This record gives sequence, structure tokens and C-alpha cells, in this order.
Amino acid sequence: MSTSVQGSMSTSVQGVAPGTQVRGLIRRFGPTAVLDGLNLDIPAGHFVALLGRSGSGKTTLLRTLAGLDTAEQGSVILPPRRAVVFQEPRLMPWKRVWENVALGLPESDARDRAEQALREVELAHRMDAWPLTLSGGEAQRAGLARALVREPDLLLLDEPFAALDALTRLRMQALVAELWVRHGMAALLVTHDVDEALLLADHAVVLQRGQIGLQLRIDLPRPRRHGSAGFAALRAELLRSLGLSEEEAA
Amino acid sequence: MSEPVLHVAPGGAWRRAPWDLRRGFSRWAVPAAGLRRGLQRAGTTIGILVAWQAASGLGLLPARAVPAPLAVLQAARDLLLSGALIHHLSVSLLRVAAGLALAIVTGTVLALAAGLSRLGEDLIDPPMQMARTLPFLALVPLFILWFGIGETPKVALVTLGATFPIYLNLFAGIRGADPKLVEVAATLGLSRGALIRHVILPAALPNFLTGLRYAIGIAWLSLVVGEQINAESGIGYLMMDARDFLRTDIIMVGLAVYAMLGLASDQLVRALERTALAWRPAARFGR
Repeated sequence: MSTSVQGSMSTSVQGVAPGTQVRGLIRRFGPTAVLDGLNLDIPAGHFVALLGRSGSGKTTLLRTLAGLDTAEQGSVILPPRRAVVFQEPRLMPWKRVWENVALGLPESDARDRAEQALREVELAHRMDAWPLTLSGGEAQRAGLARALVREPDLLLLDEPFAALDALTRLRMQALVAELWVRHGMAALLVTHDVDEALLLADHAVVLQRGQIGLQLRIDLPRPRRHGSAGFAALRAELLRSLGLSEEEAA
Repeated sequence: MSEPVLHVAPGGAWRRAPWDLRRGFSRWAVPAAGLRRGLQRAGTTIGILVAWQAASGLGLLPARAVPAPLAVLQAARDLLLSGALIHHLSVSLLRVAAGLALAIVTGTVLALAAGLSRLGEDLIDPPMQMARTLPFLALVPLFILWFGIGETPKVALVTLGATFPIYLNLFAGIRGADPKLVEVAATLGLSRGALIRHVILPAALPNFLTGLRYAIGIAWLSLVVGEQINAESGIGYLMMDARDFLRTDIIMVGLAVYAMLGLASDQLVRALERTALAWRPAARFGR
């Protein structure tokens, strides 16, 4: 495996930026190992959805990749630039929307870059607003812009649509799909939502007993729509591995 | 954003409905409505003053002990014309300003040191917590022995009293910064300095301003005590001097001046909050 050849920049050309490689990751909370020798690969430019029951360690894995949690054992190779979108937007309420997006960028062209990113998530008209005046969907789009503006090689999404209403969620999913195609970064999406995984990901992986239990290739044409052909079979398989029959999940 | 609720007033002008809770937000409310509201709010005070004046006029209140409002006004006018009021007032203001400025600097420095490092907390917080339980006004005799009877003991008393609310609130604010936002700062790659500047300090600002409000209240209180003991100028001295000559009207003037100073400084902090915390919906919708 090629290891620390960290590519300079992520472009839409796949295979240039190094991928993400997790080997033998162990993380304990008290006596229970939430991650127990976990291996995972996210090749550059690939979209991986991480499913699992609550408490299965999905978020712990994401937090480890984000550098917010330290595993006891194992190795992680990461591409140079990562960005995180959390479940709550987590904007600094005392900074205007564009200042939130620009936070941590070099000052010279920060506002222009922030505006560009906000335009991509269709929020440029709110760039001077205070975050607390945004709707849930707008705030989450600002959070997405804050991640995009960093031109990440790996985008970490921690249930970013879970707190949104159904319609807003559909629009956000479409937006993320579109941005991912345009930017070609690798992405790891933590979600409970099987349909969301099928809509967005190249691979769905299911976390079971601290390891990857199931790896499912989702080879559907894009852009995808809910319930398009081929969904049903994959959906059933994913639900089974999550321990649910399809009737229970309906 | 939805439009505020409007209805047409008899005169034909647009006016806000009385149930619209966003009055404070309005920059374009019709001034007449604001004026009426102001009169309404002043009504009780005016009523009390009129009743008081009437009672004095009828001889129901002993003029020696409780001078009539007009007599107090007369005394205030005399003090203004002689320049005495301005002199004592500026002395008092200067003492509070100096004491408060020192308290803000001291409280802020201590709170930053204790809030931003474990070592700082261990070194600073325990003595501060002990000292704050001390009734600091009891230190007056000691301060006079240490600092004499000049400006120093008075300013020191103000500083001592006002430092604690600044320290305690700012420290709590720094420690209360949302850990989720601190995490965000980490994922954005902010340095420790940038984290403090962009996340921790703005998060603590509302607490700091609350502390400042308490500090100002305590500063005036300390000044009253400080000026009534061994002072040769200041509003407190003016009142003590008046007591020796049984001039209750001048004492009343002093009380009114203190009240107005307290009110004015509170308004000042509110204005500061409105500007500094413009991002808070409460700061814009409330009053």
C-alpha cells in the first residue's frame, strides 16, 4: 500500500489524492470496545455511507477520522484536507454567515471564497445574516459551505440531514449529490437512513460489533431518485444486515 | 421574514397593533405612540410626586424631615447655580470611573488567566472565591489606615467591590463556552489563539456584560460608603455635610443624583449590549 504520499490538492481527477485507510482500529469506552479492530478503505473520490444501529460506533469512527477522538490502537491514513459537517449546523452565532464559512481561512481572499462557497449551496443572499436568523435548512447549508470552502479531499458528514424536515432533507440530499459530483472529493456519510445511503453512496458499509459487517457496492446510475429500479433489492439487503425486516422498517 | 402586524389607526396613519411583541425592534414606529407609552410609564411616578407635594403643602408631612419635591428642586437649583453640585458630581464620577476601570482590567486579566489554563485556575480561583465571601465594605477602617483619607481608599474600595462580579461572570462565561463549537474550531484547524479570539471570548461576552452591570451597581454602592467616611468632596460628602446642618432637602438631592447615576450607567450597559450582542435575537426583540 502506498502510504504517506500525501497529494498536494484534491481535484476532480480521481486517484490523485491519497485515499483513506483505516487498519485495526480499537476504541473502548469503559469495558466495551465500540470499535474492535476495524478496517475501512475510502478510495479518493468515493462516497461511502456508514450505517449501523445507534451505539454501533458510527459517530466514533467519524470523530476519529475528524481528529476529535483518539483511538487506543490501530492506524489511520488520511488525505491532507478534511472537513466535517455535523448533525447540528454548529455555526458561531456571533459571526455572520460568511464569517462562519471563512473562519480559519487566510484573510486576504476569505470573503470572496466564502461567497463562492455560499453561492454553491444557494445561500449567497444570506451571507451577511446572523446564524440565529437562518432556518434549519439554511443553517445546514451554511455548515456545508464552511466544509466546501476548504476544498477537502475527504468530506465527513455526521448525520447532516437528520434534524431537517422531510422536504428540506430531500433538497439537501440532492444538493450534496450534486456537489460531490462537481468536486469529486471522497465522502463518508454517517446515517441511519438506508434510502439516503442508496441515494448518495458508491458503497454502503454496515458497522457490526465494532467492525465492518457488510460492504455493499451500490452500482446505480446517477442522478438517483428514491425508489428507482434496483433500490428494492439493495434496500432489503441493507435492512437485513441492520437486523430489520423490510416490513418493520416501513 | 413575515411583516409585523399592522392596523390602521383612526387618523389613518399606520400603527403597530398593541399585541405585537416586537415593539423594541421597530425603527419606524410612529413617534406619537412611543410618546404616549412614555407618559404612561411615567404616570405613577408623577402621581406620587404630586401627592407628596400636596401632602407637604397641607402640612401632613413635617417639612424638616421630609421636604416637599419643589423644595428639593429648589435646593438642586441652588446647588447647580453655585457650582457645588457639578463639582461634587464630577469628583464622584471620576472616583467611580477610575475604580471601575481598574476593576475591569483586574477582573478581566484574572478571569482570562483562570479561565484559559488549569494552572491559572488553581492559582487564582480559590483565593478569589474566598475573598468574594468577605463583606468588602467591612474593609473601610483598614483601608483608611492603609491608604489615609485621600482618593486612594475610595477608588480602592470601588475597585475591590467591582472586581468580583467581573471576574466571576467572565470566568463562568469562558468555562461555559459550548464544547461543540470548540470542536468545530478544532476541525477548522484554528490555532489556540484563534480559538480564544473567535470562539471562547465571544461566547463569554454576554457573561462579561452581565458582570459589568453588577459591577457598576456595586461601584456606586462602594462610593456611597467611601464618601460618607472621611471625604471632603463628592456626592456622599455633600450629603454628610447637609446632615450636619439638617438640610434634608440637600440630602434628597444627593439621593436623586445617585438614583439618576445608577439609571444612566445601567442604560449605558444596555446600549453596549445592544451593539456588542447584536447577533442575539433576544437583544433585538427584547428591550
